[in-house]
Amino acid sequence: MLKDITLGQYVPGDSTLHRLDPRVKILLMIAYIVAVFLVKRIEVFPIVIIFTVAVTLLSRVRLSYLAKALKPMKLLLPLMFLMNLFFIKTGELIFKWWIIEVYKDGLINAVFIVLRLATLVAGTSLLTLTTTPIALTDGIEKLLSPLKIIKFPAHELAMMMTIALRFIPTLVEEADKIMKAQLARGADFESGNVIKRAKAMIPILIPLFVNSFRRADELAMAMESRCYHGGEGRTKMRVYSFKTIDLIAVIVMALLIAAVVLLNKYMPAVW
Amino acid sequence: MPIIVEKLTHKYMPNTDNEFVAVQDISLTIDDGEFFGIIGHTGSGKSTFIQHLNGLMQPTSGSVTVDGFDMSDKKQRVRGRALVGMVFQYPDYQLFDSTVLDDVSFGPKNMGLDAEEARQRSLEAMRMVGLEPEHFAEKSPFELSGGEKRRAALAGIIAMRPKYLVLDEPMAGLDPSGRREILATIDSLREELKCTVIMVSHSMEDVARAAGRIAVMNDGRLYAVGTPDEIFSKTKELISMGLDAPQTARLAQELRERGFDVPQDIYTNERFVKWLRGRVKHA
Repeated sequence: MLKDITLGQYVPGDSTLHRLDPRVKILLMIAYIVAVFLVKRIEVFPIVIIFTVAVTLLSRVRLSYLAKALKPMKLLLPLMFLMNLFFIKTGELIFKWWIIEVYKDGLINAVFIVLRLATLVAGTSLLTLTTTPIALTDGIEKLLSPLKIIKFPAHELAMMMTIALRFIPTLVEEADKIMKAQLARGADFESGNVIKRAKAMIPILIPLFVNSFRRADELAMAMESRCYHGGEGRTKMRVYSFKTIDLIAVIVMALLIAAVVLLNKYMPAVW
Repeated sequence: MPIIVEKLTHKYMPNTDNEFVAVQDISLTIDDGEFFGIIGHTGSGKSTFIQHLNGLMQPTSGSVTVDGFDMSDKKQRVRGRALVGMVFQYPDYQLFDSTVLDDVSFGPKNMGLDAEEARQRSLEAMRMVGLEPEHFAEKSPFELSGGEKRRAALAGIIAMRPKYLVLDEPMAGLDPSGRREILATIDSLREELKCTVIMVSHSMEDVARAAGRIAVMNDGRLYAVGTPDEIFSKTKELISMGLDAPQTARLAQELRERGFDVPQDIYTNERFVKWLRGRVKHA
C-alpha cells in the first residue's frame, strides 16, 4: 500500500555533476538561485534556460526524472500564469474578448514568472538528483562548520539529518505492516467523517510511536557502545577535496552571473 | 468449504524497472480442519502468499476463493476476510490500546458486536491463549513480556472467531519454552475451535511436529506440497535449497551418507529414538 512511495531522488551515475564536491555543489546551487533572480528582463532569460539545459545534459539524468521534480508544480505554474496574465493591467491592450482583457505587461510577467519558477525547480533538483543524501549532509556539515565558533552544532545537525533520512523507508515499511495488522482485525480507515477517520488512525499511530521510541533508544545505545560522542575529533571516511572540475564549475557559474548582470544592463530591448 | 488458490501470481511494482515477482503461479487447496504448514527461507514469498488469503493483498493474476467468496471482489472480500484471522509475526505491530482487554476487543468491536458480547468473547479468547483475565485484563499490553504479547495478539484474533487461523512465524524470536507453549496453545485452539490452521514458519522442527500437510516455497514458486513424510524424505533437496530440514532429518541424512541404512520417514526425535532402539537390540 505505502510501499510504492519512492523517497530520495538520487539517481546513481558518474557524470561530471555527480563527481563535483558536494560542498561546491551546494554553494553553486545557491549561486544559481541568485543568478535566476538577477534576471531582470525577459530577453535575458534564454541564457539561463540554455545553462539549465546544458547542465541537465551534462548530468546525464533522464528527463523523465526532471519532469517528476516539476510535477508538484503542475497546479501552481498554470495558476501563476493565469493570475499574472489577467490581473496586470498596464501596457498595451493586446487581446480582448468579452470581459477578458490581456495586456502586454501581463503577458510578459506571466511568462517571466513561469520561466523563473520552472528553471528554479529544475536547476535545484539537479542537486538532489546527482548527490547522495549522505554526501549532501556531509557537505552541509562542512559548510556549517565555521559556525562552530559560535557553538552552532553543525555535526549534530548533520547526524540528525542522516539518521532521519535513513529511517524514513523503515518507518514507511513499518506503517504499512501495522496498517495491515489492524486491517486484519477489521479496522476501517476509509469510511466515516473526518473525526471518525482521524480516530481510526490511533491504532496505527500508537504502535508506530512506541516502536520508534524503542528504536531510537536502541540506536542511541548502539552508537554509544561504539564510543560515539559527537563531532569532536571525528574523522571522515570520505574526504572531499577541491579538484580541478570544482574550480571549472565555479568559473562557469561566475561567468553565468556576470553574463546575466551585463546583459541586464546592455542588451538592447526587443519589446 | 476450503480455501482455493488458483494460479496466484503477485508482482511488486509491476511494469516498472523495479518489478519483482514475489509469488508465481501457485495453485493449492487448503481443506477444512487441516493444520497446514508453509515453509521457505526468507524472501521465498511465503508472507506475500498468506496476505492474499485474507485479501490484504490482491493478486496480479490468478484468484483466491475463501468459502466460495472471491477475495478480489470488494464486497465478497469483506465477508471472506471475516472468516480468516491473520496473526502477524510481531505483536508490536498491533497492540495499541490501554489495557489488554480493550486491545483484544478491538477486533470483535470492529465486527459490530455490542460491548458486552465483545467483552465476553475477549475474556474467553484470553483464557484460551493462557492469559488469565483476572491477572491480565487490566494490564497495559506494553508491560507484557515477549511471549505474553504474542498471546495477547493471538487472543485479539481468536476473539473474532475465525474459521481459518493464519499464523505468520508465530514462534519467531521466542525462547524454546516459549515456542513450545505457543505451539501447544495453537494445538489446543485447533481442537477447541475446530478451525483450520495455516502456519508459516522456518523452524522445521515445529512444522514437522504439528502440521498435517506442508507446502514448501522457493523463489516465489510452490516447490512441493505433501505430508511431512513426503516432504522430509527429500531432506537432501531441502538443504540444497538453503532450507533447514529438522535436525533429526539432517542427522539421518548424514548417517545415510556414511552408509547406515536409515529409513526415509525418520525426521522426528521420537521416531529416531525408536529406530535406534531397534538397531541396538539387533546388535
